[in-house]
Formats: sequence, structure tokens, C-alpha cells
Amino acid sequence: MKTRNIMIVGVGGQGTLIASRILGGIATTAGYDVKVSEVHGMAQRGGSVVTFVRYGDEVAEPIVEPGCADVLIAFERLEAKRYAHYLKPDGVLILNDVRIDPMPVVIGAAEYPEGIVEEIEKDHTVYKADATAIAMELGNPRCFNVVILGMAARHMDYAVEDWYKVIERTVKPKTIEINKKAFDAGYALAE
Amino acid sequence: MGEKKLMLGNEAIARGLYEAGVKVSSAYPGTPSTEISEYLVQYKDDVYCEWAPNEKVAAEVAFGASVAGVRSFAAMKMVGFNVAADPMYSAAYAGVGRGMVLTVADDPGLYSSQNEQDTRAVCRAAQIPVLEPSDSQEAKDMTKLAYEISEKYDKPVVIRTTTRLAHSQGLVELLSREEVEDKPYEKNIAKNVMLPANAIRRHVIVEDMMEKLAKDACDMPELNKMEIRDTKVGFITSGIPYLYVREAMPEASTLKLGMVHPLPMDLIREFAEKVDRVIVFEELMPVIEEQVKAAGIECDGKNIFTKLGEYSANMIRTNLLGQELKADPAAGIPNRPPILCPGCPHRSTFWVLKKLKLHVAGDIGCYTLGAVAPLSTIETCLCMGSSISSLHGMGKAKGADYLKNWVCVIGDSTFMHTGVNSLMNMVYNQSTGTVIILDNRITGMTGHQDNPATGKTLMGDTVSAIDFEKFCHGIGIENVFTVNAYDQAAMTETIKREVKEEHLSVIVAKAPCALIPEARTKKKCVALPDKCIHCGACTKPGCPALSRKADGSIAIDPTQCNGCGLCRQLCKFGAIEEVE
Repeated sequence: MKTRNIMIVGVGGQGTLIASRILGGIATTAGYDVKVSEVHGMAQRGGSVVTFVRYGDEVAEPIVEPGCADVLIAFERLEAKRYAHYLKPDGVLILNDVRIDPMPVVIGAAEYPEGIVEEIEKDHTVYKADATAIAMELGNPRCFNVVILGMAARHMDYAVEDWYKVIERTVKPKTIEINKKAFDAGYALAE
Repeated sequence: MGEKKLMLGNEAIARGLYEAGVKVSSAYPGTPSTEISEYLVQYKDDVYCEWAPNEKVAAEVAFGASVAGVRSFAAMKMVGFNVAADPMYSAAYAGVGRGMVLTVADDPGLYSSQNEQDTRAVCRAAQIPVLEPSDSQEAKDMTKLAYEISEKYDKPVVIRTTTRLAHSQGLVELLSREEVEDKPYEKNIAKNVMLPANAIRRHVIVEDMMEKLAKDACDMPELNKMEIRDTKVGFITSGIPYLYVREAMPEASTLKLGMVHPLPMDLIREFAEKVDRVIVFEELMPVIEEQVKAAGIECDGKNIFTKLGEYSANMIRTNLLGQELKADPAAGIPNRPPILCPGCPHRSTFWVLKKLKLHVAGDIGCYTLGAVAPLSTIETCLCMGSSISSLHGMGKAKGADYLKNWVCVIGDSTFMHTGVNSLMNMVYNQSTGTVIILDNRITGMTGHQDNPATGKTLMGDTVSAIDFEKFCHGIGIENVFTVNAYDQAAMTETIKREVKEEHLSVIVAKAPCALIPEARTKKKCVALPDKCIHCGACTKPGCPALSRKADGSIAIDPTQCNGCGLCRQLCKFGAIEEVE
């Protein structure tokens, strides 16, 4: 299989690492070669973070180059804009449609851009939802990341059962049930 | 075939250490090396693991364990290797008992560091062999090979990683642990005591051994792989950059170096003869390129590719193949720099310093973010421990009056690391000045590791914690005050009073990091819109939990707020209250 390139972008502390672990896990289950590249350290303190997941018969580099992503999963709108140029022409954006102001915007040194989604929709298919609100309804706002993964799962090649198994292996035991529900909610959204 | 598992580069190194039969490991946390120890401690029944107060200590612990006859290990980031350089330059002369290996993690692209130094250059100066893996499987395999090389050539060996390798996951085949017998200790003063008379003889051996290793490395196909494909272009490369070559030009020939010091120059010469054009593709300094050129082999390298930052496959496509890539980032996007977390106790201390208009000498940790807007208080920061010594230097340059406008800040772990030396210097050389220890009860930036002041060890033992007040009293400082970092009034009063005094004082600004269990409360701050006059005073310190609504009133995100109470203290109108 030709290598598939997935990216997860967001704000440090949003749970991009767990999401990338689940994505990496699902690709391993399918027997592919997998590489995942993460950001730790300074950038996790509320900064812009990006994770690359690549799977296929044989994967060389661990990063996704601009213009090469099949699926861009963005946990926040501004971060979607920052990394939209990584998408292939037929690449898909899965967006948690929320706004988190970065510090330059908070202190008035910069303005949060308007019309981000409309701009990206000119060139790419966009699936969006306020996953944070959905997760809040489910009872744990932090599991919005798995809601988004549920949406992204529609654009990947694995059975729901396999996703469940990986979620069980990856998240804290106490949160398995709510994360499965979150996944279902996202999966249903992308129908 | 063993079981295959997706592992971070750092996790794979930890697994390699376990499989290699390592028995002692010491490290100081530093991104991107930290997780090695955190993964290694899962094998604590077989491997003793510790956090040392600094990298010099860690390297010396590893040396001692090696002399005593077991395989030993130390991990650090590249700037930490400078701290460990003193023992390591001499350990290169003394050699090892059982194998001794260090992982040193470089950070091209500066994801979490204060410079972009290249460990290969340091190891070249210190005559220490360096291995460089390209992925997680190699990280594990080379860790094991490093011990064989260490023992065969009587040398400590460095495994150089980069952020991209350390924090990338790849599939790794798990094997079982090799039980390595302890080597009986032999008294050997001529080898293990670096007196000049001994060192002068050891230096001869060092040079001979490195020459022998360089020759032998030409026939180590498990490390140095010549892959001849199309012969128009041949890349000499190593580590992660090898993968970029494979991605961008899979048809090109490669000489993939697993050993980057000493270089297998005869093999390099053989490769150069087989291809029409040689290109050295290495991140950061032209360490390989300069040596290849010095050996009389024509090659390209830094004339095409930069000395700055991380490489990529696209860099080959653009700089070498002249392809135009149609993937430009959107213009005018506001940056999202890292910031102090919601409820961070450092924010509270910095707010006092800002209000008092004091100059601040800073140090390495989360709190270096005190240099970033809107706090913008830290004015100097070099390296671990430098805040205290810099403040002392300022005082000696300009006198005690000058220091009334300055303080320095240093974290608890950084103080333990090297700050203690600088503080002893202030005592000894009769400095005045105010030293603030930002005591958040943990090593924060690297992801919450214990240190000598937390009372817990990496192995999970509860031990006596070093008490900063007692420590400072013990070295002769009389004026030591512990203040709750969140208490604006008490902190303001204490700092204001102490900076005016012409004596040395230490203020311990104490409150646990907002992210650790110790800090968890059920408290939240809530805004009362009826009382809010929309002045925005509470938002000025830049807590990410606070935002302004369209009408100018304040919203506090309950999922982010930890009820630290800083905003409540800043509101003069009682428009913020704490609730349980």
C-alpha cells in the first residue's frame, strides 16, 4: 500500500499525543509499517503542536512534508489554517471547530483571522464539528480528541472493532467507556 | 522473531539497555532525552535507575558502576553533556570496566533548548566514539552494539540522538535480556587515576584505539552500510537525515554511517570511488564533510544545505533537484508561542516582580517563559544555574546599590542542579542581593521528574527531601524566607523589603506546579458579571483560563481554572470569587 499521511495539529495540552498513540496503534494492528513523530517539551506548554502519523508497506521518514497529507486533523481553527498547506490537493480536513486565542491575540498584539473554514473549503473537503461541546455532553470535555478521531476514522481503512481495541489499550482504564462513546459520537457525525 | 511493538526512539533505547544487561543508570532530565529513564525504570527489578542532580554526577555514577564491573548508562540532552564534559574527557582516557554508554540528545530546530550545538563535534574533541541510529529499531540495536564496542575498545561510547528520533515512534522487535556477568574489579592505578604521568601514557592508547576503531569500522556492516544504487549521486549521511534521502531520492546510492566518530575513512573513500558525485547530508555542523574533505575526497555539503535547524526530504527536492513545491503556508497567522499553564505559581511571582519594576536574571525551566509577553520580566538567561552567578557578577560590577533593582529567579530542580555552587559563591565572596527560588516541588518543563528536593526517587522510594531553608542557613545565609507563591500581598511585601537591604537573602516562592497531583483542588474562580467593570486588570498576567467576552466582561474557563486565586487578588471590585 502507498504510504498514508495523517497529521494531528492543535494546542499543547489538548491531547494530541494520546490521539497520535491511538492512530499509531490502529495502523500497527493492520500489520503496516508505521512511524509517528510527536512534539514534547517546551511546545507542550500551550504552544502550537503537530504530530505526524505515516503508515504503509514501508515508511522512510517520520514526518509529513507540506503538500503531502491525506488527512489533517485539527483540534483548533487557527491551527488548521497554520497547517492547511500540508494537505494534498485531494486531502481532507477534519476540524474541531473551536477557537482558542493564542497569547498575541489575548494581549492585543495580533488579530485572530476570520473566515478560516471558508478559506480552506475553497481547496479542500472539510468535515467540522464542535467536538468539545459533544464531549462535554458526554460528560468529559477532555475526550473531544477521540470524538475527532471517530470522525477521521471514516476516512481511514479500519473496522470500528479494531478502533475499540486500540482505545482500550491506549487510554486510562477508567476512561475506556467514555472514550468509546466519544469515538461512536464522532463516527456517527461523519456519516 | 520476537514480538513487535511501536516505540518512541527513547523507549527503544531503554529497551536496548534492558536487553544489553545494563545494571546501573543515572540521568538528569532534559528534553528530548528524558523518557529514556522513565521507560527504563519499568525494568527496575533488573536495572537500578536514578535521577541525578545534574549530568556531571550522572556521568560519574556511570563511570563508577563501569569500573566496579557492570554495564552502566547515563542520559542527558546536549547542553547537559557540557556539564558532563569534565568527567567524560577524562573517562575517554581511563576507559571502562564493563561497558559504559551515554545517550546525548541534540535538538536541531530548537524545539526545547537554548542553542543548537552538535554533540558529534564535542565527542570528536573528547575522542569518544559516537553511534547514530536512524529509527527506533536501530536505536535499540545500536544501544546493544554500543556496549560491545565500549568493551572491545575500552571506551565510553555515546549514542547521539536528535529530537526527531527521540520523539518518533517506529516498530521494534523485542528480544530477551542478556545476562552479562559482572567483571571482577581489578586495581589498576595507571589506568584509573588520571595523574599527569598516567594520563600522558593513556593518551597514546586513546589515539591508537581510535585509529584502530576507525579502521575496524570499515568492516562493521551492521553499523556502516554502503548501498549502491544509481551511481550519479552518492550521499554520505546518518541518523534521521538518511531517511530524508531515502524519501526524496530512493534511487540514489547511500553510505549510511551508524558510527559518526571516528569515521571509517577507507570505506568512505571506497564509496566515493563508486559514485560520480558525493554529497554529505548532515544536520547542524559539517562534522563529516570537513573530515571527508580533509581526507582529500571531493564532496558537496553545506554549500547546498544549511547549518541551521532540521532537514527534510523537501530540502533535497528544492535545494538539490530544483523542484518548485506548491505548498506555501498562509500568510499573517498569529504565532502560538508556549505559555505558562493556567494556575501556574510562577505567573503569580512574576506579576509581583513586574509590578515592582525589578530587573530579573533568569534561569532554565518553564519559568524562562517569564521572558515572554505579557510578563516580559526575565532579562537574562544562559544555562542551568546561571541566574545566581549572573546576579553576583552584576553586583561585583556595579555595587550593592545596583542590585537593589535586580533579583534572580531559579527553579527548585535547577537550584539543585548547579545553582547551589553559585549561591555558595555569593556567600563566600560576600555578595548582597535577592535570590528567589521558584519552588514548585518538581522538575516541571521536562514533564514532572523528581529531584533531591521533592522527597521521591525515580525508583519510587520516599526519601528525605532537601530543605531549602535549612540548606541556606547551613551555608551561612541568615535571611531566608518561605512565601506562598500565590500570595500577592505577602510576596510583594517580602521582595520589596529584601531588595532594599544590603545583605544576601533567599526567598523561597513555594507552591506546587499546577499540573501535579499535589496541586489539585476542587477550587475554581468564577466571574461575577454584575460586579465586573470591564477593566481587564485580572487578564493582564496572561492566564489562559481568562478571556474577555464581546461586552468586555470576563469569562473564566472552568475546564482550565485551578482556582489559584491570582485573578481574584487582582480584582479590586470583588468581581471574582473562589468556589469549592
